[in-house]
Amino acid sequence: MDFASLDLGPFLLSFKLAGITTLILFMLALPIAWWLSQTKCKCKPIVEAFVSLPIVLPPSVIGFYILYALSQNSVIGEFFEATFGISLVFNFTGLVIASCFYSFPFMVQPLQSGFESINKNMLEASYIAGKTVLQTLVYVALPNIKPALLTAVIVTFAHTVGEFGVVLMVGGSIPGETKVASVAIYEFVEILDYDAAHMYSAIMIVMSFVVLLGVYVFNRHQTHRLGTA
Amino acid sequence: MLELNINKALKGSTGKMNLDVQLSVKENEFLALSGESGSGKTTLLRILAGLEEAEGNISFDGEIWQDAQKRLGPQKRNIGFVFQDYALFENMTVEQNLLFVNKDKTLVKHLLEMTHLSELQDRRTTSLSGGQRQRVSLCRALMNRPKLLLMDEPLSALDPQMRTKLQHDILALHKEFGTTTIMVSHDPSEIYRLANRVIKLEHGKIIEDGTAKELLLKTKGSQKFSLQGELLDIIQADVIHIAVVAIGQQIVEIVLDEKEALSLKIGQTVQVNTKAFAPSIS
Repeated sequence: MDFASLDLGPFLLSFKLAGITTLILFMLALPIAWWLSQTKCKCKPIVEAFVSLPIVLPPSVIGFYILYALSQNSVIGEFFEATFGISLVFNFTGLVIASCFYSFPFMVQPLQSGFESINKNMLEASYIAGKTVLQTLVYVALPNIKPALLTAVIVTFAHTVGEFGVVLMVGGSIPGETKVASVAIYEFVEILDYDAAHMYSAIMIVMSFVVLLGVYVFNRHQTHRLGTA
Repeated sequence: MLELNINKALKGSTGKMNLDVQLSVKENEFLALSGESGSGKTTLLRILAGLEEAEGNISFDGEIWQDAQKRLGPQKRNIGFVFQDYALFENMTVEQNLLFVNKDKTLVKHLLEMTHLSELQDRRTTSLSGGQRQRVSLCRALMNRPKLLLMDEPLSALDPQMRTKLQHDILALHKEFGTTTIMVSHDPSEIYRLANRVIKLEHGKIIEDGTAKELLLKTKGSQKFSLQGELLDIIQADVIHIAVVAIGQQIVEIVLDEKEALSLKIGQTVQVNTKAFAPSIS
């Protein structure tokens, strides 16, 4: 196989999955990260532990439970099948749901530490100026944590592109539907097509490196701007 | 008229204490809040602003800010607050910081002119000096035309010259906007210059309440000078003893007799009094 005849479908699917997952997670994680950064509730460590679980659990554990929860035999799976006529496993929707669980901490944690690093007085000054929590979040908090915001979005995106175990368990390997780049590499190795595996892997490495480099350069620039200003 | 009667259990550096304050502040009064650190000054200010909870009642001009049934949030109290660390919105320019509070461009222009900041209106706040930042913070606090202005050691991070400049700005703005102002301060000259009433807190209770002159001028009877300082050293020279005392930034020597020298301990705070000379100022 040469470079020109390379099937880019799995990469496109990986990007589509990562893009949608990142968008959904941004909406879901924002209020949770904000709450975690501001709360004095004693239950905070419990919520934090739950949020961080996907980092330490083997992907097969997450994949197994998601499969178990969403299959047609489960209450949720049955409900979606009966109400909307859609199945939640072995298709793209299932992958998005699984990825949201898997990448959740990668969105929450940078946002939370970003919010925690903001001078509390700045937020209080906004409340005293008559602004609501939502206005304060949008006009004061988010613009002041741009590096953390970018880190959260990019790392979530990159982490979703790089996931393998969960995707394989929940989605299988249906071309054009659930066969993402990481699964494609696994299959090439399985059929001993090392040339293709090399090419796919090289693309993944270069792409991941460029993305991370971009994040660090941007953050360095931001830190310098704030530092020297 | 601000009236408060509040109570809050605090865990300070010196252990548990109870912030227990009953206070009435008249309209347009400039009240200075002084006291050792950890005496509850900042907490009192934050309770007034609605940033912290406490038991009790607070009302301003008849409007109830807090009682047993309800507690207004900081958004609803129409106050201005100047923080010690400025707390400016770093993502905005000087002008945007002010407009964020209130879209009144005429007021922004007026405030920036009064505080000599007009030239800097398009600058990011992160590029300003400490004194400039605090002036922006002061202007921002007045954008809502607050009835009550609260300031938490607003000038403590600035050098003495900048302090004097800003004290004039604060006084001018206090008069022009007719605010009732409460300022936490440790600096006697600042309090004397600005405040018409001083309250001293200790362990969460008001221990002194009076005019700046009553509370700050420490001389008694025929004393001409009474200065507080720290005893740094006692040197024996022949039959006399010389005490070395730090008063503010100055070090002075004072002759002691043996009895006095024995009764003093190095490191202690001492009062230096004198009346037998006519000083000259140059």
